[in-house]
Amino acid sequence: MTIDPIALAAATLGLATPLLLAALGELVAERAGILNVGVEGLMLAGAFAGMLGSWASGSPTIGMLCACGAALALAALFALWVVVLDVEQVVAGVAVNLLALGATGVLYRAIFGQTGSALTVATFAPLAIAPGVAALAPLRQPLPVYVALALVPAVWFFLGRTRLGLRLRAAGEAPQAAESVGVNVGATRTGAILVAALFAGAAGGYLSLAYSNTFVEGMSAGRGFIALAIVVFGRWRPSGILIGAWLFGAASALQFQLQAAGVAVPFHLLLMLPYVLTLVVLALTSRDARGPAALAQRRRLSAAAD
Amino acid sequence: MSRGSRSALQSFRAVAAVAAAFAVSTLLLLLSGIDPLAALGALVGGALGDRFALGDTVVKTCPLLVTGLGVALAFRAGVWNIGAEGQLLVGALAATAVGRACGGAPFPLPLLAALAGAAVAGALWAGIAAALRVYRNVNEIVATIMLNFVAARLLGWAVHGPLMEAAGRYPQSDPIPPAALLPLIVGRVHAGVLLALLLAAASWALLFRTGAGFRWRVVGENARAARVAGFSPERAVLEAMLTSGALAGLAGAFEVLGVTGRLFEQLSGGGGYTAIAVALTAGLHPGGVTLAALFFGALAAGSGAMQRVAGVSAVFVAIVQAATLLAILALETPRPRRAAAESR
Repeated sequence: MTIDPIALAAATLGLATPLLLAALGELVAERAGILNVGVEGLMLAGAFAGMLGSWASGSPTIGMLCACGAALALAALFALWVVVLDVEQVVAGVAVNLLALGATGVLYRAIFGQTGSALTVATFAPLAIAPGVAALAPLRQPLPVYVALALVPAVWFFLGRTRLGLRLRAAGEAPQAAESVGVNVGATRTGAILVAALFAGAAGGYLSLAYSNTFVEGMSAGRGFIALAIVVFGRWRPSGILIGAWLFGAASALQFQLQAAGVAVPFHLLLMLPYVLTLVVLALTSRDARGPAALAQRRRLSAAAD
Repeated sequence: MSRGSRSALQSFRAVAAVAAAFAVSTLLLLLSGIDPLAALGALVGGALGDRFALGDTVVKTCPLLVTGLGVALAFRAGVWNIGAEGQLLVGALAATAVGRACGGAPFPLPLLAALAGAAVAGALWAGIAAALRVYRNVNEIVATIMLNFVAARLLGWAVHGPLMEAAGRYPQSDPIPPAALLPLIVGRVHAGVLLALLLAAASWALLFRTGAGFRWRVVGENARAARVAGFSPERAVLEAMLTSGALAGLAGAFEVLGVTGRLFEQLSGGGGYTAIAVALTAGLHPGGVTLAALFFGALAAGSGAMQRVAGVSAVFVAIVQAATLLAILALETPRPRRAAAESR
């Protein structure tokens, strides 16, 4: 049995990208005190709108913009519920997931009928980096992979080194105190939700426009939920999230490689590997993990309790 | 507020939410260029049109009711159990394995063994997430969702491996022996439906007439105050999750022992996630869960007809579920925690 390290690295980068994008976005929301369980739905909406945009325009870039726009629209609804109406965030997130699943399924069937043949659209091609050098082959990835990597330091800088980032973290740690020194917590959280949606939409767009090159009902396949786990795993820090996304990507890639290498472990048990690994890592590292203090708390309720 | 006016308010909210959900869904159908009357007509016909449709609605209600009860119990104790789907799947897996292993014994021993096996399997599966939360501080939302994926893969492995039919052609188990099956009452309606109603009554009694239920509710309302009062939030979380998982496991058993007669991969069709909508629409009250499950069961039964007759994807139901949830949330009367504690 042989595992090709270059192929493994390339597959890891590709598989980690949607997780990295979605988790970075969720990080921004969670640091502002918003737990959005609906990332999965935002990704799915992004994947569908991305495919639709690219199909209509012939341009994957326009497709990607559509992906971000669809997720933004869905997240605006979520923000209306959790910020303005101040409802239970987990429940609103569950509703976002259901809404995205239903809307993409109904629209896909309404627009493309029930053709069994997979629809293929214009997609992002891998960049030509050092075409002759085999060792650098993993780097021949489509553009969104590099954008996602560049966003890691960008999010770190924004959260840790800017005034806006400080206000955002204050809204997630001590909303009442933040409010008393003039931070508009509602507006800050709304902004964080919308930024997170752009990331999740891009993650979905990546799936249909750079990874699978088509749309399939329910194609986000739980990646949004894994992104939630990666935020916890990464201890609410961009660097930790990068490691988490790569680790998860590597576990998924390894499982494909083991399958291809014909290893004796049954295929379905290999498929469990990334999820079991996540649970084990969380069990080992969560003991003293502490998220933003006001995460997922309803403002009216916490105000009444104080 | 008295209990009577509270439940009247909750009923009003639920009815208003469902009405709003249908209004929004009709609008979305119009926007998608679909005749809403034809689509909704097919939906209602498929759910309530004749004896077979009604039977289908009842059969589809059963797993939603039992998983919905489980979700409601966990949420009452303040644990976000998003894992009913996985707990249902391992319950179905255990029921099949036990039912096939001891199917030679006289009825109803194999049936009882299969039901017990499913309840234990579901409870243990939920227990993993509960233990991770209590002892390792792992967020139960993330843990239960991860366990859903693991359960689906475990089921896939079972029907491709140890439980695969002897013919080896399809990824499904051989039929479960008749002595382990739930008897049919009328048409396709099986005895599990009666058990589900008993479980609803038992869940109500557990929640509102026992010390354990009281402790769970106190912990769910305010864990800090519960600790001050001498109630261990950790114990409540473990107890409520194990009970919740056992119920979901039983729902899985009802499906394989009452409906399909064998195990295969797409057994649940996301019912474990619908259970969350069921529980929340019902205001986490076991009586309401029964009605909400009936509503979502009718939707599930009707959606198949809608897809066949009107060509609208069956996942349309997910939109109605989402709209119902959002409407319920929007109609919720804001009540600060202190007032909520006093109204009980």
